[in-house]
Amino acid sequence: MQVNFWDRNQLRLTPVFFLAPAMLLFTVYVVYPIFSSLWISLYEWNGVGEMFWVGLGNYIEMWEDDRVHTAIWNNLIWLIFFLLAPLISLGLSIFLNQNLTELRFIKSIFFFPFVVSPVVVGLVFSQFYNPEYGLLDFFLKSLGFQPIAVLSNEEIVTFGIILAALWPQVAYCLILYMTGLAGLNREIVEAGRIDGAKGWKMFWNVILPQLRPATFIAVVVSVLGALRSFDLVAIMTRGGPWGSSTVLAYEMVEQAIFNYRMGYGAALATILFFLLDIYIAWFLFRVWLNEKGRL
Amino acid sequence: MKLFISIIVTVSVVITTAMAGTLKITQNSSNANTQKLWKEQIIPLFEKENPGIKVEMTIYDHEAYKTAIRNFLQAEPPDVVNWFSGNRMKFFVDQGLFEDVSDVWAKNGLDSQLSAARSTMTVKGKQWGVPLTYYQWGVYYRTDIFKKYGLGEPRSIADLMYICRTLKKNGVTPFTIGTKYLWTAAGWFDFLNLRVNGYDFHMSLMDGNISYEDNRLDKVFDIWGDLARKGYFIENHASLSWQEGQAPMINGDAAMYLMGNFVVPNLKEGGLSGKIGYFQFPVIDGNVRTWEEAPTDSVHIPTKAKNKADARKFLAFLAKPKVQSMVAEVEGMLPTNNQSAAPTDKFLKIGFKVLSESAGLAQFYDRDTNPEMAKEGMKGFQEFMVKPDREKQIRKRIEKVRKRIFKK
Repeated sequence: MQVNFWDRNQLRLTPVFFLAPAMLLFTVYVVYPIFSSLWISLYEWNGVGEMFWVGLGNYIEMWEDDRVHTAIWNNLIWLIFFLLAPLISLGLSIFLNQNLTELRFIKSIFFFPFVVSPVVVGLVFSQFYNPEYGLLDFFLKSLGFQPIAVLSNEEIVTFGIILAALWPQVAYCLILYMTGLAGLNREIVEAGRIDGAKGWKMFWNVILPQLRPATFIAVVVSVLGALRSFDLVAIMTRGGPWGSSTVLAYEMVEQAIFNYRMGYGAALATILFFLLDIYIAWFLFRVWLNEKGRL
Repeated sequence: MKLFISIIVTVSVVITTAMAGTLKITQNSSNANTQKLWKEQIIPLFEKENPGIKVEMTIYDHEAYKTAIRNFLQAEPPDVVNWFSGNRMKFFVDQGLFEDVSDVWAKNGLDSQLSAARSTMTVKGKQWGVPLTYYQWGVYYRTDIFKKYGLGEPRSIADLMYICRTLKKNGVTPFTIGTKYLWTAAGWFDFLNLRVNGYDFHMSLMDGNISYEDNRLDKVFDIWGDLARKGYFIENHASLSWQEGQAPMINGDAAMYLMGNFVVPNLKEGGLSGKIGYFQFPVIDGNVRTWEEAPTDSVHIPTKAKNKADARKFLAFLAKPKVQSMVAEVEGMLPTNNQSAAPTDKFLKIGFKVLSESAGLAQFYDRDTNPEMAKEGMKGFQEFMVKPDREKQIRKRIEKVRKRIFKK
C-alpha cells in the first residue's frame, strides 16, 4: 500500500487547517493593528496627510498633559469603585439564593440590566440625572434638598457615571455568584453544620472559600471593565464638563478621531494596552499557578 | 495578442464612457425634507438639463460623515462632496484633497454672484468649492417678556446689561444656553471678540497667530465673566444640549438665546409662534464695525474624483440662483447667490439684511480654527462660563494647546 503525503501527515496537519481561519483573522484584525498602532504612536499624523517622525515625543507630551493626568486619575477611581460590583453582588446573591417561587421574578429584575445595551443604560441615567426634569432632581426636591446637576459638576460627575456602570456590572457578577452558589458542595456545608458552624462563621469559612473561582472571575472582569470604560463616558458626558470625566479610552478616541491626532491617540492606546497587558499577565499567571496546584 | 489589446481597449472605452455618464455625489443632511428635495427635485432637474449624466447620491449620517470623508477622500472618493467652508475646507485643501475650481467661478460669473461667501471659499487666492447656503446668528428673544417689562431691542452692550438687570430683578434669567456639547459657548466668544477686536484680529487668532493670553482679549473675558458672575446665564447649562437649552426659554424662565437661525422652527413648535424676536448682537465698541457669524455649507470636488468634468457642471448648476433658493427654502437658510429670490420668512428677511449690511462674515469658532484647537478652546469656554474665576488658568491652558498646534 502506498502511503501518500496526506495520510502520513494527517494528524499533524488537520489542526493547522482548523486553526488557520481563526489565526488568519486574529492576525489581520488583532495582531497587525496592535503593531501598526505601536508604530503610529511614534509619529505625528493627522490621519490624512504626511506622517512626521517624533520618536517618543507623544509619550513625553503625555507626561505633561493635564487631560491625561485627569484620565488616569479617573481610571483609578473607576478601578476602586468598580470593585464594589463583586461585593454588592455577593451580598445580593446570598439573599436571592433562596428556594422561593416569588424570588424568581425578583431575580430576573436583578439580571435585567445585564441584557440592556450600555447605550441604553447611559441614556437612562442621563435622563435620571437631568437637572431640568430628571427623577433624581424630583426626589431631591420633594425631600427639600437643592437639585444637583450630577453630570455637569466636575467633582461628582465620575461617580455619577460609575454608578450607572455598576448597575449592569452588578448583574453580571450576580450571575457568576449565583452559578457559584448552585455548584456548592452540599457535603461540606452539611459537615460544617454538624461541626456547629452558623451564620457569619459558616459564610466566611465554608461558603466563601468555595466561591473563590467566582470571586476571582468577578474581580477580573470588573477590573477590566474599569480600565476599558468608554461607552458610558461617551454617551453621558463626552468626557465633560470641560474634560473632567474623561478616561484613557475616551481620551484616545477623542484625540484620534475628533482632534485628528492619530499619533497621540495611538500613544494613549499603547499605554492602555500595556496597563491591561500587565494585568492580564498577572491574571494568567494566577490561573496557571492554580492549575498547577491542583494537578 | 492584437485581439487581446483591442479587447482591453474596447472594454476600457466602455468603462470610461459608463463612468463619464454617472456622477457620484454625497448628502450629509439628516433632514428628511432635504433628502427628499435632492432626490425629487434637484437631481432630476440637473439630469434634465444635462442629458446623458446620471447622478447617484449616497446619504450619510451627519456625524459619521465627518470621519468617513477623511477616509474616502484618500481612497475612492465620489465626484462631489458636501463640506463646510473656512478652516474645515482649508484642512483638505492643504492636504491636496480638494480640487481647485476657480475656473468654475470665472466661467459662470460667480465672483460677483457669490461675493458674500467668496472669501470663505478662498485659499491661496483660489476657490476650492461652491457655497450652497448660509444662515445668520444672533439673539432670539421672547417679545412678550420684553414687552411686559417695557424693554426694547438693545443697540449697545450697555443696553443689553440694562435688559439683563431688569429681567434678573424680575426673576427671569436673561440668557438660556446649553453647553454640554461645547460649541454653543463658542458663539459667545466669537461675537464678543468680533465686537471688541474686530474681524482681522479674530481671524488672526483663529489662524493661531495671537496668544490666548494676549491682553487685547482681556475685555472679552471681562464682559463675558461679568455676565456669568451676575447669573445672567441659566444654571446647570453644562448639563444641557442646545435643544434642551430651549426649554427654559419656552417655559418663560429665560428670555434670550444666542443661537443660529435653525433654532426658530423648534421655538415655534414649542408654542412660541408670534412671541419670538431677533436682534443683532449689540455693539461693544463704536469704532469696531459689525462683523457677523454666518456658517456656510458648501460642495467640493475631491482631487481623486473620476468624473471631474461632470462634477464641474454640477457645481455650476448648484451655484445658480434658482437652485440655491430651492435648497435654502427647504433648509430654512439663506441662499449664497445674491441673484436668488429674496426670502419671505420673517427671520430670514432680517438675517439677510443683517448679513448683507455686515462688514464681513466669520464662519464659527469650530469651523474657523484647527479642529483640535477648537475642541480644547471650547472646553475652556464652557469651564469659564461656569467658573469665571478660573480665567487665568483656563487661558493659560488654551494657550499651551495653541502653541503646540501652531508651533508659534
